[in-house]
Amino acid sequence: MDVKVNILRYNPETDRKGHWEEYILEADPDERILDLLHKVKWFDDGSLAFRRSCAHGVCGSDAMVVNGENMLACQVLVKEVSTPIKIEPIRGLPVIKDLVVNMDSFFDSYKKVMPFLVNDSEPGERERLQSPEDRDRFEDTTKCILCAACTTSCPVFWTADTYVGPAAIVNAHRFVFDSRDNASKQRLEILKDVDGAFRCRTAFNCTSACPRGIQVTKAIEDVKRETLTIN
Amino acid sequence: MKIIKHSFDGVIVGAGGAGLRAAIEAAPHMKLAVITKLYPTRSHTGAAQGGMSAALANVEEDNWNWHAFDTVKGSDYLADQPAVDILCKEAIDSVVELEHWGLPFSRLENGKIAQRRFGGHTVKEGEAPAFRACYAADRTGHMILQTLYQKCVSMGVTFFDEFQVLDIKIDDGVCRGVIAYEVATGDIHIFEARAVTFATGGFGKIYKVSSNAHSLTGDGPGILYQKGIPLEDMEFYQFHPTGIYRLGILLSEAARGEGGILRNKDGERFMERYAPSIKDLAPRDMVSRAIATEISEGNGAGPNNDFVYLDLTHLGAETIKQKLPDITDFVRTYVKIEPINEPIPVQPTAHYAMGGIPTDVNARVLSDASGTILPGVYSAGESACVSVHGANRLGTNSLLDIVVFGKRAGQSMVDYVSSTKPMELSDNAAEDLTNKIEKLIEKDHSLEFSVPRIREELQDSMEENAKIFRTEESLEKQTKILTDLRDRYQNVTISDKGKVFNTELLEAIELEYLLDMSDTTVASALHRKESRGAHSRVDHVERDDENWLKHSFAFKNGESVKLEYKNVELGNYEPKERKY
Repeated sequence: MDVKVNILRYNPETDRKGHWEEYILEADPDERILDLLHKVKWFDDGSLAFRRSCAHGVCGSDAMVVNGENMLACQVLVKEVSTPIKIEPIRGLPVIKDLVVNMDSFFDSYKKVMPFLVNDSEPGERERLQSPEDRDRFEDTTKCILCAACTTSCPVFWTADTYVGPAAIVNAHRFVFDSRDNASKQRLEILKDVDGAFRCRTAFNCTSACPRGIQVTKAIEDVKRETLTIN
Repeated sequence: MKIIKHSFDGVIVGAGGAGLRAAIEAAPHMKLAVITKLYPTRSHTGAAQGGMSAALANVEEDNWNWHAFDTVKGSDYLADQPAVDILCKEAIDSVVELEHWGLPFSRLENGKIAQRRFGGHTVKEGEAPAFRACYAADRTGHMILQTLYQKCVSMGVTFFDEFQVLDIKIDDGVCRGVIAYEVATGDIHIFEARAVTFATGGFGKIYKVSSNAHSLTGDGPGILYQKGIPLEDMEFYQFHPTGIYRLGILLSEAARGEGGILRNKDGERFMERYAPSIKDLAPRDMVSRAIATEISEGNGAGPNNDFVYLDLTHLGAETIKQKLPDITDFVRTYVKIEPINEPIPVQPTAHYAMGGIPTDVNARVLSDASGTILPGVYSAGESACVSVHGANRLGTNSLLDIVVFGKRAGQSMVDYVSSTKPMELSDNAAEDLTNKIEKLIEKDHSLEFSVPRIREELQDSMEENAKIFRTEESLEKQTKILTDLRDRYQNVTISDKGKVFNTELLEAIELEYLLDMSDTTVASALHRKESRGAHSRVDHVERDDENWLKHSFAFKNGESVKLEYKNVELGNYEPKERKY
């Protein structure tokens, strides 16, 4: 079948601002949106820029806005979206070219929340023990692939890019609720800040956007509540 | 073209599991940079699913010698046994170390790391399937990648994200640094570094149906091959039995480790005929051949009889949800069926390169078949060939390989840097590369010589002629096709002439690596007149230990490939007939 695709193009070397380009593509309903982008790039306009790698939803490269919603282009099939298909870069981060945005501030926010296990006690020669129940407390947030679909769907983030954003809080959650970690207090102090977890207005956009099905808003609420337990 | 110069002691190319593990080892002892063409967390280690084996004996009696036996037998006796001993012995501490760094393994009731069964892993040298694979649901690779990156963040490791290394500078047989292209700007960066580790992963994109990411184009092996370094055991390419039909997306062997069964169109559990003792948990080469045989004999399912079923319907919703959540989600997303109730259409998918850059057990790159070391150059992970996987890798041993030999690469960098002085590179060190790029940009674009056209023909023909079953005829045919594609590649053109995010330019350069990987795969396969592990010659069906218990080394020889051989290092296990 023929599919009409509109892509928001921007080339900083030739364009002053972004503009829509229309493409009519021969496509199979079972193909991924990413396959459509490849058709444009490989057989129509080689200059189209987008990130991609694994092509099955685990590397987090190809978050973009498709028909107004954040998703991974490799995780959605043509038959699941209405036509014409409108594809834009994720919002709130500076566009470098076409569908590629500058991710620096996103990763800076991630690094701010100490996204690593802190435990200075001598672990011994074997693994630290952890019950399946304790392991389950942070199962959901271990799934994050740092694609930025959540953070760039957040209306608070759009207006205040100093907000650490949902993805950073998700990655803090992953350690705050890990029974092996000893730095919850420091992390929660960071998230108590004016640009921390309480900036969240529970719009739930992040939860809808997460391609890994993480209950992002719930994780943020968990962190907010935990923040109230520290002095 | 803007050229920027940096000075480091060591550079690691690639930020998947092997690169990050090397970085953790090396960073405290030198000025180190990790250069990756992606963001580190986008690396394909993150797509690994089922587990990482180590004889922790958390579920049942186990020891690393049994793991070593299985690995050697799985390799069809082509692995170097001293290297396998290191892999299996150091596995235990490697898993524990990752746990200490925070890796969220699944747990047993007693709080220890959970372990599951996997193909080819047995207790007591073949008695029964072993619970050896340490796992985190079916996203073990994701957890390893995240944990190693988190550790690097905590240590303040220096990364150059979305910088693609395109050249190495070796003068007088000594490494001096690398040249990289900054994707966002098109600027060229000269990195002075006397120790360089290539951890660039595999090259599954030489085939059409592959579990590999688009970025897996053999960059590290390609760069070194073009400098005259040989590639080892390239004829041994693993096809994973259970890729999603047509898409090739990986469905972990853990599905069979948890009890999943392969069935043909009649619902028959055909693996009972091919591997009576461990059935569906036979090693990947055997299962993939069994599936290909079922399909060629007309027992495949579907209108074209071209797939088989992976049946999980008897496992129950709870087991699937707890232990196989991601792969069953892939099935729901891409096939639109519910694996709790319906069997999944699968076919073998190009998955893993046993071959690659030859190294010793300390990840030092070898420049010939007699073991000469190339000073300052290292490789680990899928880009390297130690060889611990021989002719066929066992499932879970790749995640093990990246941490065990990634660490050793880091240690070797430290040893080398601490005993040598900084190397300088002249300001015109990037000339070869800038000339190559300018030539590509200047040439007028023509569709006939476009990257996607040549690449598609390459992938289609490799799929047809050099996949699971090979013959002299199919390989000769492919050699001719590759010569023609190489000729066309000399005229390759691109339409994007810009500097910013010109990924078309990078795809053009990567295509040359894919051609190199294909050339060496086909030439090595053509010369090896026996069947061993993943290399199945229909015209030479027997394994021939008398003549072929040796590793191939493929050298670039003008436009053709020259082969040399090196004897396998044996150890405790004498080659025997491989039955399961």
